[in-house]
Amino acid sequence: MGFFSEFIKGLWRENPVFRIVLGICPTLAVSTQLSNGLGMGLAATFVLVGSNVFISLIRNVIPDKIRIPAFIVVISTFVTVVDLFMAAYTPALHERLGIFIPLIVVNCIILGRAEAFASKSTVWMSIADALGMGGGFTLALTLISSIRELLGNGTLLGIHVFPAAYSPAVIMILPPGAFLTIGILLGLFNYLSNRKSP
Amino acid sequence: MREIFKLTVVLTIICSAAATALALVYNLTKEPIAYQQRLKRLAAIRAVQPDYDNEPDKDFVDIKTNHGAKGNEGLTRFYITKKGSANTGVVFSVSAVGYGGPIGLMVGINPEGTISGIQILNHTETPGLGAKITEEKFVHQFNSKNLSNTNWALKKDGGELDQITGATISPRAVVNALHRGLVLFRNNREEILKGKRG
Repeated sequence: MGFFSEFIKGLWRENPVFRIVLGICPTLAVSTQLSNGLGMGLAATFVLVGSNVFISLIRNVIPDKIRIPAFIVVISTFVTVVDLFMAAYTPALHERLGIFIPLIVVNCIILGRAEAFASKSTVWMSIADALGMGGGFTLALTLISSIRELLGNGTLLGIHVFPAAYSPAVIMILPPGAFLTIGILLGLFNYLSNRKSP
Repeated sequence: MREIFKLTVVLTIICSAAATALALVYNLTKEPIAYQQRLKRLAAIRAVQPDYDNEPDKDFVDIKTNHGAKGNEGLTRFYITKKGSANTGVVFSVSAVGYGGPIGLMVGINPEGTISGIQILNHTETPGLGAKITEEKFVHQFNSKNLSNTNWALKKDGGELDQITGATISPRAVVNALHRGLVLFRNNREEILKGKRG
């Protein structure tokens, strides 16, 4: 497969959230508003690219028995780097995402891609995979958090979209709203892809 | 035996590289993070007591309190705002135990102990419900209130402060914490207004 098809697969055919159903914990938790979803998606994408490149580079020197601890060390290093840089340069977003930035360490998308892809592929392909998976994750988070912010608060990126008369369905920005949104979207995506390939 | 040696060496090398990278990033971001935190502190002070031209974050008095965590002694820091040499007010932070965790509050008062403004610094209350304690409608009602002109309780608790529909614990926690802070100031007023010695 070429660079482009490795990239594009993460966006739709193997979308980490809607198709592989990985990384649901941060997806449920931070998708309360669009800015959080975008920020989380981009932070995770950065970590994913960093860890994929690095793990692909050292894939031939890591003994099989300690590959998981080695992956975790690489991933947590990149997460801490992101955490520190966000604290220094985007303090407001850093504060809102809070504990979920350090928790990128345990995001199964990242370890999953390290194990399933980067440890077996060239650096170049690993970058394509990371960008695609990160992009797919960001896309999914953007979609879910837009729906939740719009219905649950009547705003988008903090700007009022619906007329003042609209009374927000608060449940959408509470945890049940996350489950409802993700469940309905998962069903929709499954329906669409089943129709395409009968 | 030889294998365990090899595994140890490889993992040690990876961890050392990660530690080195983190030390570099930490040093790089230390200053910007400290700068952001100072900006945040000054912005919080200005939001509740804008009338000053000194550097209140360098002009403070620490008062011992006995309602820190688990009854331990804590310190409350009172920042003193001045214009020229005249005291214009005192700014301090108090914390309350909300529904979802601690709520941090910044309180600005004039030297007589009347509130000039309050701000919620951090909280983990339920979005759409308890999180409404950050809205202007709730926060502004405390302006120009002091210990003698106000009955410090929510309306449903027989007081005169507005509550929030659907959330009781969060606003009650805020009211109690403010009251505690005002009492602490009253009891230590002279020492605080004398300012930093030496």
